[in-house]
Amino acid sequence: MAHERFRGWASRLALGLLSKPNTPKQQKQVTFEASTLETLKPAIYTTLTETKTQNTPGVYSLTFREMGWAIALHGGAGDIPITLPRERREPREAALRHCLEIGVSALKAKRSPLDVVELVVRELENNPHFNAGRGSVLTNKGTVEMEACIMDGNTKKCGAVSGLSTVVNTISLARLVMEKTPHIYLGFDGAEAFAREQGVETIDENHFITPENVERLNQAKEANRVQIDFTQPIQKDPPEKAPFENGDSQIGTVGCVAVDSEGNLATATSTGGLVNKMVGRIGDTPVIGAGTYANSLCAVSATGRGEAIIRATVARDVAALMEYKGLSLQEAAAYVVEECVPKGNVGLVAVSAAGEVTMPFNTTGMFRACATEDGYSEIGIWPSSMHT
Amino acid sequence: MGGWAIAVHGGAGVDPNLPTHRQEEAKQLLARCLNLGISALRTSLSAVDVVELVVRELETDPLFNSGRGSALTENGTVEMEASIMDGPKRRCGAVSGISTVKNPVSLARLVMEKSPHSYLAFSGAEEFARKQGVELVDNEYFITEDNKGMLKLAKEANSIVNLVSIITLTSKDVGTMVRDIYEFDYRIPILGTCSAGAGAIESALQMNGLPISIYAPETVGCVVVDSQGRCAAATSTGGLMNKMMGRIGDSPLIGAGTYACDLCGVSCTGEGEAIIRGTLAREVAAVMEYKGLGLQDAVDFVVKERLDEGKAGIIAVSNKGEVACGFNTTGMFRGSATEDGYMEVGIWDQD
Repeated sequence: MAHERFRGWASRLALGLLSKPNTPKQQKQVTFEASTLETLKPAIYTTLTETKTQNTPGVYSLTFREMGWAIALHGGAGDIPITLPRERREPREAALRHCLEIGVSALKAKRSPLDVVELVVRELENNPHFNAGRGSVLTNKGTVEMEACIMDGNTKKCGAVSGLSTVVNTISLARLVMEKTPHIYLGFDGAEAFAREQGVETIDENHFITPENVERLNQAKEANRVQIDFTQPIQKDPPEKAPFENGDSQIGTVGCVAVDSEGNLATATSTGGLVNKMVGRIGDTPVIGAGTYANSLCAVSATGRGEAIIRATVARDVAALMEYKGLSLQEAAAYVVEECVPKGNVGLVAVSAAGEVTMPFNTTGMFRACATEDGYSEIGIWPSSMHT
Repeated sequence: MGGWAIAVHGGAGVDPNLPTHRQEEAKQLLARCLNLGISALRTSLSAVDVVELVVRELETDPLFNSGRGSALTENGTVEMEASIMDGPKRRCGAVSGISTVKNPVSLARLVMEKSPHSYLAFSGAEEFARKQGVELVDNEYFITEDNKGMLKLAKEANSIVNLVSIITLTSKDVGTMVRDIYEFDYRIPILGTCSAGAGAIESALQMNGLPISIYAPETVGCVVVDSQGRCAAATSTGGLMNKMMGRIGDSPLIGAGTYACDLCGVSCTGEGEAIIRGTLAREVAAVMEYKGLGLQDAVDFVVKERLDEGKAGIIAVSNKGEVACGFNTTGMFRGSATEDGYMEVGIWDQD
């Protein structure tokens, strides 16, 4: 029942009600002093109850939903078999939980969403179980070429890097490109040189290469195709579809999106790319609008088959549908995943300025986790009953 | 409507003091490329073939900033990038960091057709070119005397030159200018150094009066819809003068500098960073798709609403045979033609 400042609240309120949030939120009642009811508009979206008290005319009380922070992260979407053995599943689940906790603590400590997504993605990069940073999949020459991208919703400032092989945390380099250069995107030798100039932590390329990924590369070469980054050895039988169609990575990429209680949004994505990819291949992750995008409405990070995500400008389309067709976050994300990209190719995590979260995917599974301020949280791999 | 349509551009942002003979040169090149495209369309080549052909011509001619005649990196080398997109099925291909391939747009097409990927860069892309039997040349081939001179001057001013937008500096406050990076010394961190930024900007204003600001085109592109309503788009560039090694701009980024779908084909030029941030090419298609705007309305909307302080120009065609163009810069080298006989080449607003 506290008096609150009108200004900051009103825009969040309008956003919140426009977006028709799906996750349950608390209803709150707030009392305002205002000279007229009109002052409290955009009241078309609110339930306004006029309360006249004895001594203070012009006091109104409003009912609205409280917005808060929200965070979602992923460790890759793809053909993750339900029969995934425990010893491969549990470390990843534990990692997701750990990263979620880090992100949530940071949000509670009022760190900016940009800091939060960078922090979480750094953690995911350092974890060798995901295809980013350490644990990145290998090119057809057995090398590592990492890429990452970060974007700030309010300013739409962004930074991206590709073709890194010695930088310990690619996402942080992307952030430096955003903040310390007049450019958005640096690649390969130029990016490595920039990293050294900036004094970021670099290390011998072998640090990133894990035995698991060497094995994956060998198998892919045997099958002579660009491979889906399964979490178990590939079948020897060729897939039903043409090699290129089915062969591109559907796992791999880590990402995080976050919004704070003021509605500031940010997104970050990082990856090693495709197993057995050609040297120099760039995927969707560093292409703004494809794998990564944030504006003042939402923040999106996608994962899956890079080539399909680029073509469908997945991340941008989620935001565009919200903006131009007035869809809610959940509706927009579901539409893009279900209608705009062939089945088995994409998953994404997204949050809206109003604090909603959604994690749709059209693959067998997606390593994911999310949490919102009102206490909701989820960690999962395969579709749960709550998702379409 | 219906029937084919084609538009080409040679960059947005032109020095209003550009000497007449240079303007004529540019218009002649644009007209020549248009005619090339028109002839190709009359032989029923598909849209994607036509855009590749026209952009190849633009790359080969040293006049504009692509292929031969590309802007130079801080090291005096050339690093080119290009992308191409075919509307039906939205197939795409892109390359970055190309330094030995004569026609980057054709390499981008090969990536689209002959590789399992959509985007290849730097040594990997050159390797792919070699394997595909593409003709390779020395980096020297792409470097022109004009551009060597410009690089020298740019370095002297110790800033990255986006010659497109010098003119607009006066209207903003210093803090925004430093951030907006029209004239910018990238060694200075963005926050809190307004005085240093102001220093760089002052020299930028001086540069405006210098001869080097005369001719500073940026990127070439072509969009086509063929008589079967298929749209395609392609964009190619050498990038920013004095750019950092490894810098990638909007031209090879699908959705930013280039986009094509069932509805339209779009190619953008101008401030790379603003185009990326605004996902400009995709935006035109998105407002047509999701808001139901017509082609010209969509282009106008995006130029007006999606550029914030950025400066850029857009050419676009629709599957209905329409052609449109819009820019918020001082001039844009452009040309367009439709099957019903309309043809126009222009630089300024009033053209």
